[in-house]
Amino acid sequence: MRRFIVPAATASLLGLILLASMTDALNLYWQSVLMFMGINIILSTSLNLVNGNMGEFSCGHAGFMAVGAYVSSVLAVALFAPGGFMGGPYLPGYLTVFIFPLLLLAGGLAAAVTGLLVALPSFKTRGDYLAIITIAASYIIKSTIENVGAVGGARGFMGMAKITTAMTDVWDIPWMLLWVFAAVIFTLVVIRRYVSSTFGKGVDAVRQDEIAAEIMSVDTDRIKLVTFMLSSGLAGIAGGLFAFVLGYINPGSFTIIKSTEAMVMVYLGGMGSISGATLSAIVFTLLMEVLRPLQVGKWVIIPMMLILLMQFRPEGFFGHRELTDIVPGLRRLLGREGDGK
Amino acid sequence: MALLEVVNLTRDFGGLRAVCEFETTFDGRELMGLIGPNGAGKTTVFNVVSGFYAPSAGQVRFQGKNTAGLKPHKVTALGIARTFQNIRLWFDLSVIDNIRVSQYYHLEYGLWDCFLRTERYKRREAAIEHNAQEILEALNLAEFAQELPKNLPYGLQRRVEIARALSVKPKLLMLDEPAAGLSSADVDDLIKLIGWIHKEFDLAIWMIEHQMDVVMKLCPRIQVIDFGRTIADGTPAQIQANPDVIKAYLGDDAI
Amino acid sequence: MESLIQNILNALQWGSFYSLIALGYCLVYGVLSLINFAHGDIFMAGAYFAFFGATFLLGKMGIIPPGMPGWVVLALTIPISMVLTSALGVTLERVAYRPLRRKGAHKLYVVITALMCGLVLENGNLALLGASRKNFPTLVPQVVYSLGGVSVTNLKVAVILVAVLSFLFLHYVVGKTKIGMAMQAISYDRFAVPLMGIPTDTVIVFTFVLGSSFAALAGVLFAMSYPVLDPFMGALIGWKAFIAAVVGGIGSIRGAFAGGFLLGFVEIMVVAFFPSTFRDLIAFSILLLILSLKPTGLFGVARRTKI
Repeated sequence: MRRFIVPAATASLLGLILLASMTDALNLYWQSVLMFMGINIILSTSLNLVNGNMGEFSCGHAGFMAVGAYVSSVLAVALFAPGGFMGGPYLPGYLTVFIFPLLLLAGGLAAAVTGLLVALPSFKTRGDYLAIITIAASYIIKSTIENVGAVGGARGFMGMAKITTAMTDVWDIPWMLLWVFAAVIFTLVVIRRYVSSTFGKGVDAVRQDEIAAEIMSVDTDRIKLVTFMLSSGLAGIAGGLFAFVLGYINPGSFTIIKSTEAMVMVYLGGMGSISGATLSAIVFTLLMEVLRPLQVGKWVIIPMMLILLMQFRPEGFFGHRELTDIVPGLRRLLGREGDGK
Repeated sequence: MALLEVVNLTRDFGGLRAVCEFETTFDGRELMGLIGPNGAGKTTVFNVVSGFYAPSAGQVRFQGKNTAGLKPHKVTALGIARTFQNIRLWFDLSVIDNIRVSQYYHLEYGLWDCFLRTERYKRREAAIEHNAQEILEALNLAEFAQELPKNLPYGLQRRVEIARALSVKPKLLMLDEPAAGLSSADVDDLIKLIGWIHKEFDLAIWMIEHQMDVVMKLCPRIQVIDFGRTIADGTPAQIQANPDVIKAYLGDDAI
Repeated sequence: MESLIQNILNALQWGSFYSLIALGYCLVYGVLSLINFAHGDIFMAGAYFAFFGATFLLGKMGIIPPGMPGWVVLALTIPISMVLTSALGVTLERVAYRPLRRKGAHKLYVVITALMCGLVLENGNLALLGASRKNFPTLVPQVVYSLGGVSVTNLKVAVILVAVLSFLFLHYVVGKTKIGMAMQAISYDRFAVPLMGIPTDTVIVFTFVLGSSFAALAGVLFAMSYPVLDPFMGALIGWKAFIAAVVGGIGSIRGAFAGGFLLGFVEIMVVAFFPSTFRDLIAFSILLLILSLKPTGLFGVARRTKI
């Protein structure tokens, strides 16, 4: 019975959100806030794998997001949109409902491969160098996109709205909300399963003492690579969702500012904590909305908050612990007694 | 076939020759000591044999296989485990997780199994858990399974580190100054522990140590190195009487 | 041939900017093992301080009467900017980095703090001064020298000269003075240094003063060469200078200069052969390539960790 608590709660939450959206109890503005919240959760938890669990300092998450965004969008528009981009459409509109998750996964895969290319040079280097490599990679990706006229270059790319419309033609529900929700659940499940397995615990071991890990039979290079690819792949999925929620993307959306947003969420929530990263993504999204009237001031207040955080509570909301560590009753409820940390 | 053959091992760091033509052989179940003054090159020998450094000259063969160029985790998978002078446990992972992670070389499941929680994954995780529990019980550490090593007293931490090394099922266990930092009561426990491990498990033990009573009590054979070179090799009695050894440790001023 | 020399001169000019900024990263990293991500914005602050200093001295703010000759304004603006920028750098150190150092906080937290300080500087500027860009006044008339088909302005010559002199000055300070040697000592072992009677905090403050001053100098020169200032001008240049410092070998002054000039050359040469939109792309790629071949940088010294 216990095993069904979490899935049941999740399904009810989804049902509630969809119902509220369709009956306009939740208006379009709040729907978009929820969608950005979901995207931020994916960004935050995926970056947490590298910056939190693995203890590295990756500053280029936006680059992987960009790869995912562009790959899914270009594929989608090429396949489904009328209007001659690469001579389309090739597939009928109703297939969007089934193909869309595949498009997202394609974006994620492309981002994961990019992650592989970025991580490889970092193996011979130590510590701070990953920061440099990821920053440079992020610029390279942005610059490359700007130079490819076929996808709009610096002017941006659009057409994703046609795919979202095609989905509502099949069944009139808020599809993007559904997809974002599904992706968030997918991300959380994947990350949790990774981190709680012995395979994933190796990541924590590498963070705490890489030399000991190496001597205790952990293939440190391989584990760093796998973790990095998982992290960047999930960021790519977030990017794809971002593209379709907005309906328009340009390289300017994927700058160091975006990477910084992701980092703020990770460090706010506590490194290595999935619940922490999730909570901080939620708080951060709401904070951005609340501070919106301040415009630029927003980006003075948020860094100052983080500076204060570093001074007084650098471990963030949860430190290295999860919600189940702080609220023991939750652990019993979910039947996770023996899940050693 | 010998278990470990170190032939003519030399290791340079720039202009410094840390180890010079070092040789040793393990046939199977010896308990051998490696001693020498500070800076003699003992840990460097260990670092080469465990794969952190490549030899500048000479060879290291484990069960006939040349280990040059192998990364440390591969050398461990062949059957060599080691501990460190400073305890290198993962202090924020529970004791049992420390043991679990050391099973990496034979996880025998892939990422897909991990994500989908397949039968194979569940089986292997259960086996790893079982192995970890067994080792902890064998070394009287079962009650600390869920503890974080940083909360344990130093002597227990050392025991956990040895347990972790044993969980790799090594044929050769290399202990780098296991008695370092231990109180005299803990040292006695350590001597008993190492003796017991040597009897119970099918392995050879190679030990670097500074505390003479530990080495002399445990090791039937001791090698002494100084400035990277072997200066003596024999039983404890022979070593203690050897003038070169005395000179290395105490200097040769007439007292 | 002429265009080659022209390009070389441009490369030297840009290299000078990058070097002077890379310098600051290098000094702070050498002493604190900290990537001071706010440094690019310190450069920006230097340019803005210079702007306000110059407009003030030129009488444009209505506080003092106009009439001061351009030369004098320049001669005063440079030290004004250097002093104010150093004050900014030292304030950052005292308020944000030192408390964390005292607590023995993980280096990562300091790096994050640095990154956030940079953002505060950029966006604070934007919030305070608005989005309109500032135009740096012309202080010294441009003189163009023509040597057989190659034209070079006095400004360009000045920039390159300043960079070279700065290198020599710093080389002397870090290598031959007591405080310079103290800086080197701290980079090897921060904990032993105070035990030897050296005031670590003073040396660290001195390091920040040096680094910020040279960034300010770069800011003034840059503002004179490209007179349009905006709050984010430090961001991209800062990142690039930082990567250049790493490629040159962070922790070594020679490395910072080598890296800075290397980047200048790569950029100019790329633009000579490829469309200018490819500049950043190729420059970063080349830098990454060098880093993967020689991870410690061109002049860097590998530090061994004892196992």
